[in-house]
Amino acid sequence: MLAEIGQIALIMALLLGLLQAWSGLRGAHIRQPQLIAFAERAAIAQALLCVLAFALLALMFMTSDFSVKLVASHSHTTKPLIYKFSGTWGNHEGSMLLWVMIMAVFGAAIVWFGQTLPAGLRARAIAVQGLVGAGFTAFLIFTSNPFARLSPAPLDGAGLNPLLQDPGLAFHPPFLYLGYVGFSVAFSFAVAALIEGRVDAMWARWVRPWVLLAWSFLTIGIALGSVWAYYELGWGGWWFWDPVENVSFMPWLAGTALLHSTLVAQSRGSFMRWTLLLSILTFSLSLVGTFIVRSGVLTSVHAFAVDPGRGMFILVLLGLATGGALLLYALRSGQIEHGAGFEMESRETGLALNNILLICATATVFLGTFYPLIIDALTGAKITVGPPYFNMVFAPIMALLIVFMAIGPLLKWRRDQLSRLGPKLLVMIGVAGAVAGLVGLFGKHVFGGLGLGLAAWLIAGASFNYAGKLRLGGSASTVANLWQRFRQLPGVAHGFALAHIGLAVTVIGITGMSVWAQESVDRLRIGEQISVAGYDFRLDEVRATRGANYQAESARMIVRRGTRLVAVLNAERRFYPVERNITTEGAMDVSAARVLYAAIGEGNAAEGWIVRVYYHPLVIWIWLGALFMAAGGFVSLADRRFALRPKSAAAPATGIAAE
Amino acid sequence: MKMSTLLVRTVPIVIFIIIVVFLAIGLQRDPRIIPTEMIDRQLPDFALSELHVEEATVSKWDMMGQTTLLNVFGSWCAACITEHATLMEVSKLGAVQIIGLNWRDTRPDALAWLERFGDPYTKIAFDDESELAIELGVTGAPETFIIGPDGRIRYKQFGPITDEVWVTTIAPIVQAIAEETE
Repeated sequence: MLAEIGQIALIMALLLGLLQAWSGLRGAHIRQPQLIAFAERAAIAQALLCVLAFALLALMFMTSDFSVKLVASHSHTTKPLIYKFSGTWGNHEGSMLLWVMIMAVFGAAIVWFGQTLPAGLRARAIAVQGLVGAGFTAFLIFTSNPFARLSPAPLDGAGLNPLLQDPGLAFHPPFLYLGYVGFSVAFSFAVAALIEGRVDAMWARWVRPWVLLAWSFLTIGIALGSVWAYYELGWGGWWFWDPVENVSFMPWLAGTALLHSTLVAQSRGSFMRWTLLLSILTFSLSLVGTFIVRSGVLTSVHAFAVDPGRGMFILVLLGLATGGALLLYALRSGQIEHGAGFEMESRETGLALNNILLICATATVFLGTFYPLIIDALTGAKITVGPPYFNMVFAPIMALLIVFMAIGPLLKWRRDQLSRLGPKLLVMIGVAGAVAGLVGLFGKHVFGGLGLGLAAWLIAGASFNYAGKLRLGGSASTVANLWQRFRQLPGVAHGFALAHIGLAVTVIGITGMSVWAQESVDRLRIGEQISVAGYDFRLDEVRATRGANYQAESARMIVRRGTRLVAVLNAERRFYPVERNITTEGAMDVSAARVLYAAIGEGNAAEGWIVRVYYHPLVIWIWLGALFMAAGGFVSLADRRFALRPKSAAAPATGIAAE
Repeated sequence: MKMSTLLVRTVPIVIFIIIVVFLAIGLQRDPRIIPTEMIDRQLPDFALSELHVEEATVSKWDMMGQTTLLNVFGSWCAACITEHATLMEVSKLGAVQIIGLNWRDTRPDALAWLERFGDPYTKIAFDDESELAIELGVTGAPETFIIGPDGRIRYKQFGPITDEVWVTTIAPIVQAIAEETE
């Protein structure tokens, strides 16, 4: 019965989405307030219906209702409750339902938060949001029904791939989707603005918080995926340039560009057309990501049960949404005015460089990801593009970006002189040079020196900027005064510092991992030991254990450095009987400076077990930096000038982030 | 002037249309539909280094005289993990020998992968340069060739050998070959 209610809720959500689109567009066109009000109510109702459908599916997963096909093929009674719940989106149908639900909730959020906006713009944005949402709801209902029944119902389910039974991965998709789908708000507003043929700084100011929100969620989502890949999939790999990773990274890169172009748009009224184009591009890349993952066109043509019908459906949706938006752009963007001009040495130039480099980086990843498909289509040859390409092309672009990233924010809007920054630049060059030189010398690695030097450069630049805002070193810099100024500083200023320093932290981690990681492997009997980077790992004991839904061989290893006891590690090799899958659960000892990682392979007491040990310097800095960046996004959102709710509409109407 | 700005504004949609065309072609290109030209031909002669023992070679003669599954895999191939449990079971049955073709891989990665998921292979040919893979027309991994005792290729399986594929497709062919040769 519950499944049928869910099904009906989805069908109603689809119909409401279509009505919402029609009444919003029509109502805005003929300026009919009742129609607009109807569109708004439809948006809220659509969100409620989608939440209901999702809640019902989650309930069926948690109660193991195997009369529903999706639950039977992806769940199992012995699975821990948390994974029964996360199993709701651990499969194609459920994850698409999550997508549709988030899309609808964002639509309702436009209604809720957008009451200060011009009625026409709001109605059109709601309409576009409803239309795209309806497209995906139709996809769900017609090609991937999560509520299909199975008769007869089996006694128990087929289980969830044990690789996916993990807290990191359980919450990776929701964050990723909050990011992907969050960009739909910018898309809907871009299309609405193109229909109206008008954009202003107000538009950009309104869109920017949504971009910040989506970007922060996406940052967390990507970081969670990377953490999971690090400890579950790979031995030391934290990023594989796998197509599935790349398609989540492209919206992030384009979204980062969008984040910065909206800054110019809202502060200076320039970059308007470009911002519209980026809004369309960012969400389109999210759609491309969904297409790639769901159609299996790239991952591996052999991957899992892949349905070309589904791929075609998403491709048509992508064609309609992006194609339609770009067609509008071609026809209408001419009406949109160019903003105020700026000179060569100005903050605008810095942000323009930021955008150009980020789009180059996006194009690089896009080309590398799709090159095999293009070659296949043209010549029929099957090729793969590996990490060497990405590392070689991507790293220099990012290095250049970081170089400008430290200087740009120090410049004034419109017109400035680089020479004014002379003393600061000298200090920054000094700091970066000293770090690079020392690291290069003692770490005996050129790239290590370059990487850490760049990070130091960026931290120095961001610190100068932040200190300037606090007027550190200025008159009356008592602690009390500084605290006062710190509290008065707008949220975006803190967010800026957090996010930029966050990137530096990530760069430090990446450099450490790429340059100084070490590993060692050997076959050990009980009592024997293996060493890596000065740490000795002694295999102390191996015994059989059992978990809720698996059996395991658990190895205890004692780690010493010299005579000092560092850690006791328990590495496991698990066998999941239901899925008949073996996973390796490595054991880690984590500190800020390094991760020690041990994993065991096949073996027995007579011949010993294969033991792999790894020394990964600074690896957690990679994700710590990502966390900083996301935190920077959230802190910026708290800026009172972004206040979207009507009651705060009386807040001073000055330009945001113009400092 | 007016015309040229319109052209500029049309660039994004033109690029987008080109991309969509490629994606649409990509979607139609399902290598499972293309029949392999190798069926019923003799396995080509080859000699590749063995994965575990670098000095040893694996050749066509390792596959003569008994029915063999030649399984293309790589440590980089996620879908290979899904068929591995089945291959482990099949290797215990003893009805066929399984020979691995480790494709586009490095020795340390491949050995670590086998350590982790188990090793169902009698021998493994190390083919990082795609020498044999190209001759066999391998388009992706995993792929599996069924080779008769006479060295003839009898069937090519695209994609993972799940339990279901084993029972419904592979096992009957292996059975048929066994009956022929009796």
